[in-house]
Amino acid sequence: MILTINHVTTYRYDAPMRAAVQSLRLFPSRFDGQRSIRWDVTVEGGTRGGSFRDGAGDKVEGWSMRGPVAEVSIAVAGQVETIDMAGVLRGHREIVPPFAYLRETVATWIDDAIETLAQEAAAGADDALDRAHRLSAAVAGAIAYAPGVTHAHTTAAEALELGEGVCQDHAHALIACARALDLPARYVSGYLYARDDGEPHEASHAWAEIWVDGIGWIGFDAANGCCPDERYIRLGSGLDAREAAPIKGIAMGAGEEKLDVTVALDAIQQ
Amino acid sequence: MTDFFNEMYDAGKVREPYARLEDWTKAMPAELRHLKQAEAEALFRRIGITFAVYGEGGDPDRLIPFDMFPRVFTQFEWRRLEKGIKQRARALNAFLLDVYGRGEIVKAGKIPARLVYQNEAYERAVAGFTPPRGIYSHIVGIDIVRTGADEFFVLEDNCRTPSGVSYMLENREIMMRMFPNIFRENRIEPVDGYADALRRTLASVAPAKCDREPTLAILTPGHFNSAYYEHSFLADLMGVELVEGADLFVEGGFCWMRTTEGPKKLDVIYRRIDDAFLDPLCFRPDSMLGVPGLMDVYRSGGVTICSAPGAGVADDKAIYTYVPDMVRFYLGEEPLLNNVPTWKCAREDDCKYVLENLGDLVVKEVHGSGGYGMLVGPKSTKDQIETFRVKITENPDNYIAQPTLALSTTPTFVEEGIAPRHVDLRPYCLVGEKIELVPGGLTRVALKEGSLVVNSSQGGGVKDTWVLAE
Repeated sequence: MILTINHVTTYRYDAPMRAAVQSLRLFPSRFDGQRSIRWDVTVEGGTRGGSFRDGAGDKVEGWSMRGPVAEVSIAVAGQVETIDMAGVLRGHREIVPPFAYLRETVATWIDDAIETLAQEAAAGADDALDRAHRLSAAVAGAIAYAPGVTHAHTTAAEALELGEGVCQDHAHALIACARALDLPARYVSGYLYARDDGEPHEASHAWAEIWVDGIGWIGFDAANGCCPDERYIRLGSGLDAREAAPIKGIAMGAGEEKLDVTVALDAIQQ
Repeated sequence: MTDFFNEMYDAGKVREPYARLEDWTKAMPAELRHLKQAEAEALFRRIGITFAVYGEGGDPDRLIPFDMFPRVFTQFEWRRLEKGIKQRARALNAFLLDVYGRGEIVKAGKIPARLVYQNEAYERAVAGFTPPRGIYSHIVGIDIVRTGADEFFVLEDNCRTPSGVSYMLENREIMMRMFPNIFRENRIEPVDGYADALRRTLASVAPAKCDREPTLAILTPGHFNSAYYEHSFLADLMGVELVEGADLFVEGGFCWMRTTEGPKKLDVIYRRIDDAFLDPLCFRPDSMLGVPGLMDVYRSGGVTICSAPGAGVADDKAIYTYVPDMVRFYLGEEPLLNNVPTWKCAREDDCKYVLENLGDLVVKEVHGSGGYGMLVGPKSTKDQIETFRVKITENPDNYIAQPTLALSTTPTFVEEGIAPRHVDLRPYCLVGEKIELVPGGLTRVALKEGSLVVNSSQGGGVKDTWVLAE
């Protein structure tokens, strides 16, 4: 599938800011499941900084803006060819070992309810792969899709208690469950082309990856009850949503920030 | 006290390095000594060298007590220590480069993966990055204790930002001012080359993109920090800027320093702030001390940060026990300096032993520092021991234990005259293009009679440390 993306994120400030700095993880991962045909990232009025590929294989690029800054507008325009890998992240070069993804974070803290959910879901599973699938199904069953109930800082434990959330909450809960069973897990951010099911979805998406010995990293999208296929574009990963965020930015000054995002994702060829 | 090695007197006879000091002390009546002590204190006050003591309340600008009786090593003793220290500094750096790279030592089964990769000090953000010359820890402070004429043990390694070197330099300065005669009578190796050596070391790890004389700066959290004096002192001695996060910004893949003549490109940052505060975009988002975007600049080779972010994984107390294995694994050598035997409470057998022998052991928190949160078994009450028993049982991974070491003593001026007090040693090894060690270090002394805790935060003092020239 060839996916075309136009993604504009704009931060507007009610008072001009002294300066702004961004760290962008907005570039398609390199692995057997996707190939970038063209990809441009620009920050309007900004200065491009250094870029590098980090230990997890993600490309990161820094940007900065001198003040006065009234708005920061980050535009992504690109085209990616994807194929269905049944969620397996094959051919992805990275140096951080899976062990490093067993560490807990605030957002993925393992409380008793998560521990119980994980243990019960995995009981009787054949192997690690089976456990991972069961965990994903259990999280999908425990957290119903409901936008607006949770927020950016909701933890996995809180979402599970509420029983409602969005893709970020599903991913956090699945990661916490996997780590509770000593399965390395991480948060992945990207895009999902999901117009064909007739329901409105945000094209910006997130899911989890679980490490299974013998296979490697496998994506699990508990929110949609599937593994990532050719409709997904993978950008970057981290221990949780904060670490994997495609855009990290800071603006120095006293202004209040207002966020506006538009994403257009189209499939031009199937 | 007969169990402890006395560095000056051995079986009633004065040991060689202290030979000339006996006459010096004999010739100093009590009144003169009190006078000199007051003079020394006034000098330290005037210089402004103070050390805040955490958690004790009282005067934050309390002077760290200075003992005028020097601690002395012969050239022979020092050469042996120097070799061992340099060897250890090389191994620690090889370990850091490895665990942020291919992780061969873990793959070879020499160190458990969990201890490295789940360690809080392991920074995923720098994995896969090779800093200039492959060096992570540019200033390695290695705490050493002595238990006999030829017995030295490493108590801990400090790979991040070991403090105290300003005391090494100031102690010497003040001794030379107050007692010029003994510096004529003894041939003592100078330590004042430290600032130049530090400058050389930092300049030698400038990024490849730097094509001129590198610009260096010391990054401090500010004047509220207990070691602020040292930060400004070192900046002064090296002739480099002392900056805070707000003085710096990133642009175009480089780090810039605001100056009265406009922005100046910075090549090497000797940071004296913790990883967590370096860059709010990468680490703690609430940090106001760091520079937003600094880590992206660092990772793309625009600036060098010393010590490298992530260096702390090598000086963790749980990793410490594996340093001799690192020396063998990376250097193919036998360690010249030994570790103190250590029980890891994370291991069931060790934990059982520790709990059964709490009264004889020193128990430390794996991530603790500054002598806080530790138990010195033989010096503790039953209540204190029981409190630790509960803590260890609840969270064994967090504790290690070591035997109560018979720390050597050196003569120290006390109220009643001169008495033996326990000491340790922190030399500062510089790792850059070359590995350098100035002959000396910081000797800390436990001023309380019988005390084995030398930390300045626990009532320890400092001494001038001499290495005799041949």
